[in-house]
Amino acid sequence: MTAPLTPTTAASHHEVEQFLYREAALLDEWRLDDWFALMHPDVEYRVPAPGSDHLDPRHTLQVIHDDHTRLGGRVARLKSKHAHAESPRSRTRRFVTNVRVLDGPVGDAGEVTVAANFHVMRTRLGKLDHFLGTYRFVLVPDGAGFLVRERVATLDHGIVEAGGTVSIIL
Amino acid sequence: MTELLEPAATTPTAGLVDDRPADGFFRVNRSAMVDEAVFAEEQQAVFDRCWLYVGHTSEIAAPGDFRTRTVAGRPLILWRGTDGEVRVFLNACRHRGAQLCRVPDGNARGMSCFYHAWTYANDGRLTGLPDADGYGPGFDRSRFGLSSPPRVDVYRDFVFCCFDPDAVDLPTYLGGAREYLDLVADQSPEMEVVDGMHEYSMEANWKLFVENSLDGYHLIPLHRTYFDYLKSTEDSYLDPRRPTEARDLGDGHAVITVEGPWARPVARWTPSMGEENRAYVEARRTELEERFDADRARRIATTDRNLLVFPNLVINDIMGVVIRTITPTSAGRTVIAQWTLATKGEPESVRERRLDSYVTFQGPGGLATPDDMEACESCQEGFAAAAESPWSDISRGIHKEATDEPFTAADEIQQRAFWRRWRDLLGSR
Ligand code: FES
Ligand SMILES: [Fe+2]
Repeated sequence: MTAPLTPTTAASHHEVEQFLYREAALLDEWRLDDWFALMHPDVEYRVPAPGSDHLDPRHTLQVIHDDHTRLGGRVARLKSKHAHAESPRSRTRRFVTNVRVLDGPVGDAGEVTVAANFHVMRTRLGKLDHFLGTYRFVLVPDGAGFLVRERVATLDHGIVEAGGTVSIIL
Repeated sequence: MTELLEPAATTPTAGLVDDRPADGFFRVNRSAMVDEAVFAEEQQAVFDRCWLYVGHTSEIAAPGDFRTRTVAGRPLILWRGTDGEVRVFLNACRHRGAQLCRVPDGNARGMSCFYHAWTYANDGRLTGLPDADGYGPGFDRSRFGLSSPPRVDVYRDFVFCCFDPDAVDLPTYLGGAREYLDLVADQSPEMEVVDGMHEYSMEANWKLFVENSLDGYHLIPLHRTYFDYLKSTEDSYLDPRRPTEARDLGDGHAVITVEGPWARPVARWTPSMGEENRAYVEARRTELEERFDADRARRIATTDRNLLVFPNLVINDIMGVVIRTITPTSAGRTVIAQWTLATKGEPESVRERRLDSYVTFQGPGGLATPDDMEACESCQEGFAAAAESPWSDISRGIHKEATDEPFTAADEIQQRAFWRRWRDLLGSR
């Protein structure tokens, strides 16, 4: 509400929103290589441990804390039939809403910081889980689109309440 | 009518562990994992009688620091008094039982109950009683301090409690596990639990994850994607021919030991830790050799151990130290809590590396733990056929029990140690 208005134009806001929807669709469609291609070489993907998301991530346990290498390992694993927790794989339906450009474009790279709400529904083996929370994205313009340099999925609830573990990309 | 009386019913747990080492036979009846009557029985015979892990003193480092915990279903407050003393209280107001503390952590000299505002100091005394005149002369407020579990004790900064007032003392209870707790506690002069906690769950019986936590047999088949990742990112490879060890430590405690190829912050440097951390990690090893003899220093620094402190505390000392509790909420559902214990004051890059290794391997969003949960849940699904297929086999290595031949981490002596203690406790009720 009180965040200062940014120079972001309505057109670029639309681009940001479309990018987030496309990113979510690639995950829902399990097009993991196409999705991973959207990751910046310096990407950081994090899911904070519920209850301690207000603490400095460098000194605090995270549920997921991937750099480009670890995220690449995660994608390779999920594509393998030996990723038993995702074999058979989950079906997901992602609702990404309330998209707000918080900052940017800033710096030479023209980075844009974006907040959104998410509701990821996952079904697998007759069970339905709801993951609710907020996204923070830092996007770097790249050609006609963006690359993801930071992607933080902060859950509103414990994974004991939903999912048990986090075997999908949130 | 008397002829209609059945013979005295056997308990739901009689005969669930079929233990015949002389015949090379050890099996557990799957109803031990699915029967709610067994669950109810083990709440009393195991969780109400054994010493259970509450937390680590470093989590309440400063006077007034507190954490709330749930142990064996009881809401607890782990609270350091202004006097520096570590105490464990039941998180239930002495007046009518409302939860006194309703936040997970913080620092306070005292707490006021939100219902009628009875107020307690951090040593448990009832210090505030609103409108005290309304109580008669017989009301002695000194008798209304916060209650504690009947037994509370600390071993090497690990805080335990026990709900059985007649239990043996903690050092006696820990018995053969003490040596292995010491190997963890001796890593560095001061250890601390890192902020943040992993809490996750599975739709399966808790004992399946106890077994899994000590199971060297499953590593390669189940965690192939994780080991592929390790191979491709840091070229480390778990050689199945490397010697490993499994030991029954007595009283249900057990341990498996391997020497893995991966980096250990205390203290096995590998190139994956970065050249910049080499001197620091090697200095830890040297420091251990100064504090202890060479063999003990080697055990602390380079052996990877999964320790079970019966019934439900697991301490993995692998790429870092993981403290894990495994708590049943019903026969078919389990909640797991995990923390990581680290060397206080280590360089930031070592700490980051330690956390990332742990999160990637053993975290609930990591590349291995979801598969462990899947395996346990899959077993539980299989137990739907328990009536027709009632037995789980846990006999690996049982032929060695009559000999001096050592057990390997892929044997099952460690799981048998757990089950034999479980059987004895349930049978002794
Ligand atoms: S229940 Fe706590 S003051 Fe009444
Ligand atoms: Fe495992």
